[in-house]
Amino acid sequence: MTKVVKITKGLDIPLLGEAEKIMKDLSSNHYAIKPTDFNGVFPKVLIKEGDEVKAGSPLFFNKYNEKILFTAPVSGKVIEIHRGDKRVLEEIRIEADGMNSHIDFGSADPQSLKREEIVEKLIQSGIWPCIRQRPFSVIADPYKMPKAIHVSTFDTAPLAPDYDFIIHGKGELFQTGLNALAKLTNGTVHLNVHSKLTTSKVFLNSRNVQINHFAGPHPSGNVSVHIAKTDPINKGDIVWYLNPQDVLAIGRLFQEGVYDASMVIALTGSEVLKPVYYKTLRGVSVKNLLLENLSEGPVRIISGNVLSGDKILPDGYLGFYHNQITVIPEGNFYEFIGWATPGFGKFSFSRAFFSWLNKSKKYRLDTNLHGGHRAFVMTGKYEQVFPLDILPLQLLKACMINDIDLMEGLGIYEVDEEDFALCEFIDTSKTEMQSIIRKGLDLMRKETS
Amino acid sequence: MKALRKYIDKIKPQFKPGGRFGMLHSTFDAFETFLFVPNITTLKGSHIRDHIDMKRTMSLVVLAMMPPLLFGIWNVGFQHYRSFGEAMPLMDNFMFGLAKVLPIIIVSYVTGLAIEFIFAQSRKHEVNEGFLVSGMLIPLIMPPDIPLWMVAVSTAFAVIIGKEVFGGTGMNILNPALTARAFLFFAYPQDISGDQVWIAEKADAYSGATPLAEAASGNLDNLPSAFDMFFGFIPGSIGETSTFMILIGAFILIFTGVGSARILLSVFAGGLVMGLIFNLWAFNEFMRIPFWQHIIMGGFAFGAVYMATDPVTASQTNRGKYIFGFLVGLLGILIRVVNPAYPEGMMLAILLMNVFAPLIDHYVIEANIKRRLKRLKRVTMKS
Repeated sequence: MTKVVKITKGLDIPLLGEAEKIMKDLSSNHYAIKPTDFNGVFPKVLIKEGDEVKAGSPLFFNKYNEKILFTAPVSGKVIEIHRGDKRVLEEIRIEADGMNSHIDFGSADPQSLKREEIVEKLIQSGIWPCIRQRPFSVIADPYKMPKAIHVSTFDTAPLAPDYDFIIHGKGELFQTGLNALAKLTNGTVHLNVHSKLTTSKVFLNSRNVQINHFAGPHPSGNVSVHIAKTDPINKGDIVWYLNPQDVLAIGRLFQEGVYDASMVIALTGSEVLKPVYYKTLRGVSVKNLLLENLSEGPVRIISGNVLSGDKILPDGYLGFYHNQITVIPEGNFYEFIGWATPGFGKFSFSRAFFSWLNKSKKYRLDTNLHGGHRAFVMTGKYEQVFPLDILPLQLLKACMINDIDLMEGLGIYEVDEEDFALCEFIDTSKTEMQSIIRKGLDLMRKETS
Repeated sequence: MKALRKYIDKIKPQFKPGGRFGMLHSTFDAFETFLFVPNITTLKGSHIRDHIDMKRTMSLVVLAMMPPLLFGIWNVGFQHYRSFGEAMPLMDNFMFGLAKVLPIIIVSYVTGLAIEFIFAQSRKHEVNEGFLVSGMLIPLIMPPDIPLWMVAVSTAFAVIIGKEVFGGTGMNILNPALTARAFLFFAYPQDISGDQVWIAEKADAYSGATPLAEAASGNLDNLPSAFDMFFGFIPGSIGETSTFMILIGAFILIFTGVGSARILLSVFAGGLVMGLIFNLWAFNEFMRIPFWQHIIMGGFAFGAVYMATDPVTASQTNRGKYIFGFLVGLLGILIRVVNPAYPEGMMLAILLMNVFAPLIDHYVIEANIKRRLKRLKRVTMKS
C-alpha cells in the first residue's frame, strides 16, 4: 500500500478555459530571455545588438555569481537589448533565423560522469538556471550540496498544464535527466506525483528516485508542500527543485549534446477562443499564439498561472519558469453596489455570496480587486487554505516589520511567495501578500549571505 | 446607473487632493465606493481576487444581527404593555419598540460615523467599514430606557478611546461596542443596572427585574420559564434576550464563514463547564441554577456570538481562539455568579480576555517557533 500524503486545506478555483488535450505547433521568429525572471540576478551582458547567436550561446551572466551562464534558446540575431525604467535590463530579444543551429556540448551518459562534469555541462549549456533552490527560490548554487532534489510532476494551480500529457512518450529522456540529477545530490531525488491524477508510466516507472504520492486541492502541487511533507527544510538546509520539462531538457543535453529549449505550453483562460497545448521553445513571443484567438474586450495576458504569474503585453514573451499562458478579462470597470448584490455568479471561498449554491459552476474571473485595501481584520481564514505548519498571518507581519529573527523562527526558509497566493486570493483586506513575502525573502537572503 | 456614474466621474476631480473640496477626499471616497465597487485592478501576485471585501463581510455581520434586533424591537413593546397588564397585537408591540429603539440606532450610527469620517479625513485614509457593525451592536446591548445623550457619549468614547487611538479598525485591542457599554456601566451605573431600566416606561410598582437580577438575589422561584428565557420573552437589553434569535444569527455567521466557529463553540463549552462546577459546589441559590440555563440567561449567548467572535480583538491564532473562547465562557459565568455588585459577567469577561488575547497568541506563536527549533535539533543530533 502506497503512502499518500493527503492535503485537506486549500482551494481549487474553478476557472473557465482549461486547455484541451490537443498538441499544436507554435511557430514564431521572436524569442526573449528576461533577466527579471531570476530572483537576485544582476545581469552582465555578453553580447551586443546585431550579434549572431546559436542555441546555447551565452547571453549574460550574474554579476554576483559569474559562473552561471544564461544562454540563447534559439539560433538567430540579437535584435534588441531592452531596458526599462532606471536602465533595468528587461529583455534580450532574439530573432530566430530558422537554421536551428546548436552549440555542441557533447553527448554522454550521466551515470558515467562525475558530479563536477555534470554540473559543468549544465552550466555551459545554460540549463542550470532551471534548477532552483529553497530557501529563497533563487537559482541553485552548484558548489553547495543539496540535501534533496524535488521534481513535482503535477500542478494544482488554476488551469495548470497536465504534465502527464506533456511528458507522454518521453520516458527515456526523462530517465536520463533523472539520472543526471541523482548525481548532483548525496540525498534523495524526490519525484512527487498525484495519487490519482498522475497515471503516466513515465513518472510512475521512474528509477533512481523516491516517488511520493500526494492528494488534495491546490496547493497540494506546490513544491513547498512536497518538501514540507517529505523532509522539511531546517535552518541551514538547501533543497533544489525543478520542473519535469526541465528534466527533459537535461535528458536531451546528455543524449544529444545540445541545449534544446523546446517545451510544451498550455494556452489557457476564459478569454482564449481555443485553449490547447503548443509545442514551442522557451521564451517564445506570445504574439502569434494570441493572434485571432482572443475574445473581444480588454484582457490581461499572464505568463504563468492566475495566482502567481506575471502580467505581460500582447507582444510579450513567455517567462523562463512558466509552462502556461493565461488570458483573463481585465476588471477595470465599476460595479454598482457590487458588494451588496446576492452574487449568484460571484465566486468566493466563503459562503458570503449565493454562488455557494452551484458548486460545479466554472467562473470567468477578472482582475478587479473587488474592494479597497484595509487592515487585517479577518483572522483565522488564511489558515484554511495554507497547509504548511506555519502561521501565515504572523509570518506576513514579521516580514512587514523586517523582524528577521521572527521571520526565521516562523519558517520563512520553508516558503515561497506562491504559497501565499491563495491567502492573497481570499483576503478581505486585499493585501499584496506575495510581494510582502518576496521582500521578506530578499531581505533574509541579504542578511544571511 | 450610467448617468450616476457619469455624474460621479464629473465631480470626482474636485474631491482629489488639491481640488476645490480636496479636504473631503475620504468622505467622497466612502460614498463612491459604497455606490460602486471601484475599478481598481490587481497588478501582480494573484491576478484574480475573491469577490468578498470588507463591506460584504461587515454587512453580513449586520445581517446576522437582524433577528435579535427585530425580536428586540418587538420585545420592548411587549414588555412595556405587559407591565400594564395589557396584551397587544404584534404590530402594536413592534411600533412601540421601534419608536424606542430606532432613535438609539440613529444616535449610535450618526455619532460613530461622524467620528470615523473625521478621523479618516484627518489621516487621509479610506473610511473603514468596522463601525457598521459596532454601530448596530451598541444599541443591541443597551437597556431600552437609556437616555439618548448617554448613547452618544458612550459611542464617542468607544470609537475614540476604544478604536481610533489604536489606529482604527483592525488595530483595536478592546471590542468597541463593549467599550461603550463598559463606559456607561462605570460612569452611569444607575442607568444600566438595577431593575429600573430594562422595561421602557413600565407601570409603577411593576418589577422590571431581569432573570439574572432575580437569580442574584436568590429568588429562583421568580425566574421565568426556560422556554421564555430561550425565546426571549423577558426584560433585558434590546438585543440580548432571545437566545433563539441569537442562534439564528450565529448560524448566519458560521455558515457564511464570517464568524469563527472555534470561538463560538469554546465560549459555550467554557460557560457550561463553569456552570457545572457551580452546580457541584452550590453554596447559594445562584449556583444552583441548572448549568445549561446560564447560557439562555443574560448576555451570555449574545456575547458569545457577536462579541467574543470579533476577529480583531479575539485571539488571532486558531489554537488561541479555542483557549480564548473557553476562558471567556468560564470567566463570564464565574464573574456573573460571584460578583456581588453586578449580576452579569460576559462584558467584563470578554473585555478581560481581549486584553489577554495577545498573550495567548504569543504562546501559540512561541510554540510554533519551538517546534521548528526542535525539528532542527533532532536533525542535527542524527547527523
